[in-house]
Amino acid sequence: MEFFERFAIPHPSPAIYASMVAIAIVSIAIVVGITYFKKWGYLWREWLTTVDHKRLGIMYIIAAILMLFRGGADAIMMRAQLSAPENKLLDAQHYNEIFTTHGVVMILFMAMPFIIGFMNFVVPLQIGARDVAFPRLNALSFWLFFAGAMLFNISFVIGGSPDAGWTSYFPLADNEFSTSVGTNYYMIAIQIAGLGTLATGINFMTTILKMRAPGMTLMKMPMFTWSALITNVIIVFAFPVLTVALAMGTLDRLFGTHFFASTNGGMDMLWANLFWVWGHPEVYILILPAFGIYSEVISTFARRNLYGYKSMVASMVIISLLSFVVWVHHFFTMGQGAFVNSIFSITTMAIAVPTGVKIFNWLLTLYKGKITMTTPMLYSMLFIPLFTLGGVTGVMLGMSAADYQYHNTMFLVAHFHMVIIPGVVFAMLAALYYYWPKMFGFMLNDRLGKIGAWIIAIGTLVAFMPMFISGLDGQARRMYTYSEASGFGIWNMISMVGALMLAAGFALIVYNIYYSFRYAPRDIGSDPWDARTLEWATHTPVPEYNFATMPKIDSYETFWDSKKKGTPLFPDKIEKIHMPNNSGIPFIMGIIFFMWGFSFVFAMWIPLIICTLGIFACMAYQSFENDHGRYISIEEIEETEKELGGKR
Amino acid sequence: MMKELFPMKQVMGFIFSLVLTAVALMVYFFDMSFAVGMTILLVTAFIQAGLQLVLFMHAGESEDKNAIYITIYYGVLIAIFTILGSLLTMVWTYQIQ
Ligand code: HEM
Ligand SMILES: [Cu+2]
Repeated sequence: MEFFERFAIPHPSPAIYASMVAIAIVSIAIVVGITYFKKWGYLWREWLTTVDHKRLGIMYIIAAILMLFRGGADAIMMRAQLSAPENKLLDAQHYNEIFTTHGVVMILFMAMPFIIGFMNFVVPLQIGARDVAFPRLNALSFWLFFAGAMLFNISFVIGGSPDAGWTSYFPLADNEFSTSVGTNYYMIAIQIAGLGTLATGINFMTTILKMRAPGMTLMKMPMFTWSALITNVIIVFAFPVLTVALAMGTLDRLFGTHFFASTNGGMDMLWANLFWVWGHPEVYILILPAFGIYSEVISTFARRNLYGYKSMVASMVIISLLSFVVWVHHFFTMGQGAFVNSIFSITTMAIAVPTGVKIFNWLLTLYKGKITMTTPMLYSMLFIPLFTLGGVTGVMLGMSAADYQYHNTMFLVAHFHMVIIPGVVFAMLAALYYYWPKMFGFMLNDRLGKIGAWIIAIGTLVAFMPMFISGLDGQARRMYTYSEASGFGIWNMISMVGALMLAAGFALIVYNIYYSFRYAPRDIGSDPWDARTLEWATHTPVPEYNFATMPKIDSYETFWDSKKKGTPLFPDKIEKIHMPNNSGIPFIMGIIFFMWGFSFVFAMWIPLIICTLGIFACMAYQSFENDHGRYISIEEIEETEKELGGKR
Repeated sequence: MMKELFPMKQVMGFIFSLVLTAVALMVYFFDMSFAVGMTILLVTAFIQAGLQLVLFMHAGESEDKNAIYITIYYGVLIAIFTILGSLLTMVWTYQIQ
């Protein structure tokens, strides 16, 4: 029995026990359901072992939506606790755990997979490729992300959640002040998911540089692909810093080193430094693909080519460099003095310039455009003013002298939610509506979609604008309650209303998916938006080989040209196509990595060693396996193409 | 004929990298200040790395030459920014103050 005591939760509550029961019931129901409907074989063949970028993309997006609801539940609990002064809904410890998991889940397990999901689905189609450069590595990336996310999510029912904030600053995160295994979960779950992300970065850089269709020079790539390229470059250079910082943190917590301890020559500030060396580029990893989505949506529905293509590309390249030289703005108050702060204030303001250039390019694209206001377009239109609010307050925070007032208040919380929700979340919702027909062959209802967009936009304003005020009045972030006399009560009550509106908006999206699945027409063709880029040039549903023959590219919008001028896009004859085989190895490695992480969290060394051996065994198997992929024959392709409505 | 087959560049590079190693070894065998020693090590290490990349890992010999060099420059630039910035904020600023 002693052995099992370590799995107990140090700070339980009825809600947690209820969740345990719920998790158990749902898991059993899923297993029974799959068995009853005899879907194990289908699941294994078509999804768990797939290396197809389109399916992996869809799995990323499903996982992201699940995590959105997990993080959203956290958010509602926090807002409920703060909605009135001296509220007793949550105690301090639970509040700490909830804001920590909320932050980690939303950034790393919601926003990241959402973005990577769309990159997976869209980029190979946009560049006219059959798949990514390393399909099996791509599957491994997904399963590592998924293993990390699941490991992090079980923390609150087994052993206790991390409670040191999503930034996990030392010395608070060290054993002395964080005694439960919670912070071990943080270090190891993010490490596993981060490895997957790093592999994605390498994979997509290679894909975009090497696998474009003939004729597509770099300056003829669609804007989303450009944003994906820059994002993956940032991933490749930023994520190793996180890897190292997490490894050092793990060593400190489990092996008694003192990298970030305040004693024995350690330096706790070094964690904050390393965290933000990764952390600031990370916010641009989130926002650039979102910008890419907006560029596609805006030029499609303004019926114009994107204004200022070159300046769009240039501003992203500049952002990719500047995003690495601003990180100190996250700890202006740590004591490095006015000189250092001034340097980083200036770089911080400089980064707002290329961001502004992009905003003006979108506005100029809209100017003189023939605008059709669909749901994705509505999200893009709501994004521009709301994101600007977040960006302007960011520049305020970037002035180091002023930041002494704003730092760690609700003003900061309002800033980053006003950039991340209108910037990233709106973009992902726009992309969901925009690419849904390509992914699933029917459209989501536009009227419900627009109502949802308005509710979410107004909810965002109602939830986060009051925080600017209460923050300037002195309400600190991460405090589980406040006094009546502080006068914060009214602002937090308003925020609560906004949070409920957001919840209602997301619920409406789910209902829309259900409604459209039942009632939407299925004969929408392959290009329902009359769009401009290559992903709309192939059939819906997209055949596994994407394009029967390679498209010939001679302009930035070849598909549009071929529609308007009738230039042939697919001049070649069908030939047999070489495709990669499915593989169970990535999925199995994901499971082993999950067990590896779990053993690590609880410092169970023997299972850890066994799992490590298992991981190496999988890699050895993969290295020696003689798999040259397979060919799809001409007859088979012709048949598929005929079924889908003729060769393009 | 012989001249075309003989990998002159590679052999010269090999000799040069041996020389670099010998120079770096001097730091161990001769008495010198910490600063001088570190400078020698850093300079020889970076030349050595560059040599390996260009001559023996054939960085400049494929059609991806540009992509490879741009990413290397980009990576070096970011590494320098990050290291100097971290030293500035974590160490030097406290020595000046
Ligand atoms: C216009 C450009 C921007 C500027 C000038 C800016 C500036 C800043 C500054 C100075 C801080 C630190 C404030 C403090 O701790 O007192 C901050 C925090 C933050 N920003 Fe921004 N920002 C910008 C855009 C963005 C974008 C686009 C995102 C994300 C997509 C973002 C996400 C965040 C996050 C997550 C934090 C808080 C992290 C934390 O302490 O938990 N920012 N921003
Ligand atoms: Cu930042």
